[in-house]
Amino acid sequence: MISFTIKRLFQSVLVMLFVALLSFFLFNFVGDPISNMVGQETSHAEMDDLRERLGLNDPFIVKFGRFLADAVQGKFGISYRLQRPVDELIAERMPATLELVFLSAVIATTLGVLGGLVTGLKPESWFSKFILTGSLLGVSLPTFVIGILLIYIFAVSLNWLPSFGRGEVVDLGGWRTGFATLSGWKALILPAITLALYQMTLILRIIRSEMLEVLRTDFIKFARARGLKKRDINFGHALKNTLIPVITVTGLQVGSLIAFSIITETVFQWPGMGSLFIQGVQFADVPVMSAYLVLVALFFVAINLIVDLLYFVVDPRLRSDLKGGHQ
Amino acid sequence: MFNRIKHLALTSSVLTAVAMGVASPVYAEKILRYTSVADAATLDPHALNAQTSIMVASQLYDGLVMRNPKMEKVPALAVSWKSVDENTWEFKLRKGVTFHNGNIFNADDVVFTIERTKAATSQMKGYVNTIVEVKKIDDYTVQLITEKPNPVLLDQLINVFVMDKEWSEKHNVTVPQDFKEEEETYAVRHVNGTGAFSLQAREPDVKTIFRRNENWWGHAAHKSNVDKVVWTPIKNAATRVAALLSGEVDLLTDMPVQDLERIKSHEDLQVMKTPQIRTIFYGFDVKSDELRSSNVKGKNPFKDLRVRKAIYHAINIKAIQKVVMRNMSIPAGMLIQPSVNGYKASVDENRLPYSVEKAKALLSDAGYPKGFSVQLDCPNNRYQNDEAICQATVGMLAKIGITTQLNAQPKTQHFPLITGRKSDFYMLGWGIPTLDSGFIFDYLVHSGGSWNGSGYGAVQTDEKIEQIRGVVDPSKRNAIISEIWANVNADLPYVPLHHQVIAWGASKNLTIPIEPNNMPRFYWAQLK
Repeated sequence: MISFTIKRLFQSVLVMLFVALLSFFLFNFVGDPISNMVGQETSHAEMDDLRERLGLNDPFIVKFGRFLADAVQGKFGISYRLQRPVDELIAERMPATLELVFLSAVIATTLGVLGGLVTGLKPESWFSKFILTGSLLGVSLPTFVIGILLIYIFAVSLNWLPSFGRGEVVDLGGWRTGFATLSGWKALILPAITLALYQMTLILRIIRSEMLEVLRTDFIKFARARGLKKRDINFGHALKNTLIPVITVTGLQVGSLIAFSIITETVFQWPGMGSLFIQGVQFADVPVMSAYLVLVALFFVAINLIVDLLYFVVDPRLRSDLKGGHQ
Repeated sequence: MFNRIKHLALTSSVLTAVAMGVASPVYAEKILRYTSVADAATLDPHALNAQTSIMVASQLYDGLVMRNPKMEKVPALAVSWKSVDENTWEFKLRKGVTFHNGNIFNADDVVFTIERTKAATSQMKGYVNTIVEVKKIDDYTVQLITEKPNPVLLDQLINVFVMDKEWSEKHNVTVPQDFKEEEETYAVRHVNGTGAFSLQAREPDVKTIFRRNENWWGHAAHKSNVDKVVWTPIKNAATRVAALLSGEVDLLTDMPVQDLERIKSHEDLQVMKTPQIRTIFYGFDVKSDELRSSNVKGKNPFKDLRVRKAIYHAINIKAIQKVVMRNMSIPAGMLIQPSVNGYKASVDENRLPYSVEKAKALLSDAGYPKGFSVQLDCPNNRYQNDEAICQATVGMLAKIGITTQLNAQPKTQHFPLITGRKSDFYMLGWGIPTLDSGFIFDYLVHSGGSWNGSGYGAVQTDEKIEQIRGVVDPSKRNAIISEIWANVNADLPYVPLHHQVIAWGASKNLTIPIEPNNMPRFYWAQLK
């Protein structure tokens, strides 16, 4: 297990390096940040001077080397747009994104597993068919359409929930949380549902098909023949055996929840890292963009690593023999 | 009232205010909730020459001179001014003014401010670069001495906001932030002005709260009853409009044109409109010997006035106004708008008429009976419906045989093409903060202008532009300005399209004058 972990760690570092290189390469195409940073009255000489001072004229390899050296120390420079250190900006914005992602993941997993069980155990009932049809909407409508739709129903027409922002936040030693106030919770509901919908559908459908599969296997039939309680069979044996793919998917989905939150955050003016990134893109705010991409890659890599390690917990076959695997 | 309380309760950001209002029913705070597309990048009034930064600064700081909603110059921190000789202006300063922290405002602060605005890291130095010396005569009199006569000094000073010398020294912000220094300076998020509002809270990109400055010298004249302004920028247009429709904000600027009718028809909301000080136009490369993107080799069709005129005739501006802009534009025959000095209605209202025949005839005369191909560079996130206007133009030019490839891209990629003179044919919009033609001449018409992407330049015109920089006598100066415009309108390096019209949406409880520079000033606002 140790050698497995080390190997994984090494791969992770490689992935991170590659992401850094790729994202850095892309920044050559986002445009010239200087024209945004200065007013229209600025002369060419002054613009060139600023470009030189920011080191934008240096060769790619020099810029990349400098970026890597700083990034390892957690320094990403100063935002061209907001004129503040990027690490500080990200640290300020991260709680908003993580709280949103956390709640979405809880909603997606809970409702996904429940829905998957219902539709898997009673595939023919009208209720299951209703859930399945409804969940199709979740995957086929783009996130921003769902977001705007929810805003128009719950904020504009019914006036129940706020259409934007995060509500009142409480500062807990640097972590600004929206979980502590009623307005914070109200503001969370619509974005969390919007973000969760796609993942929920995915989990629901995986559990359903896995359940249908598992329920047909011999050991379930045998358990039934032995006269075990239905509840024990369904939850103790069948559900447990569907969990491997669910963990894989859920883990990866948490990563993409963070990445997907860009759209949700933009629609709901959610003050998280995603909206910081989007505004950075439009401004050609290279320090913010590079820090964000590296961070998201880091999340993905870390989650992947955790998921791999979780297999050991869930699947006993892996613990005795690394070469074994599940079907 | 009940409805209002319900709305407030939904806006969590003011929840505490409601609680306070309930506790003391005698006096409820008047809170103006405002949204716009973008936040100000910095609160430092000299660090960035951008509209949102100036908008914020004008609530928190004062200049020596300000404009009223009719865009006339009126006294602010200076109560009067006169010219001593042609290079010297003398300002009498307002007495009894204090900064938000209680410091007294006097001539030292003005001297300090002008010096700070001239610092290497300041982006507002364009407004003060003609000033060679600032002289303190006594505590409430200063003289500004310019290198040579400067006819637009007062107009330039409007955007120069006065900072407190003692406060700036104490917090080590005697110069604006340098991007190279990898840390934030104190003035980026802290404010000590003399303005109508002080800064109560600031979360960049999220929320900024302005608190009424009871000691402001101007309250008697402006009569606003607003106690507090909560500004929450909302980037997404649909969400921004939804926030207004649901009653979560009272005032919205940057309105998407397609939502205008919807807001207008809402019983609790109103729409205000005014022509903006920004004109949209196309520019041509009239200098290069060969275009980069054209199938015509060895010569540059845009060098021929007839070709530029043909394109002018081919643009159906009425159709663009109606279909693309939904009447939120005024067709233009000039590159400046009525509030700018130098404007002539007779020119502006007489565009070359839309005529495909005339356009075709001109093209044939010029030797391109079958047209030619060229690329049109266009921004897609800068002006109202910029990309859609360009798309419409592509279709119109096709009718006279000019095949146009549209290259629509974000402004960060578009603008360098213009400032670097790398575009054959491009869209640009221009606003004029000084409200004087000299500004557009310097940047767009002079052969060395930094935004003159056309490469246009006539020796005579250049000389005249340099000349008016130093002419103070208005009638003499205006005569030269109209000569320059006559040259530009004859040479057509730019084809004007329209003046943008701006619209604000607001609750019917709010009265606030809409301003052509698209910057609401909360000290004019009245809330019911």
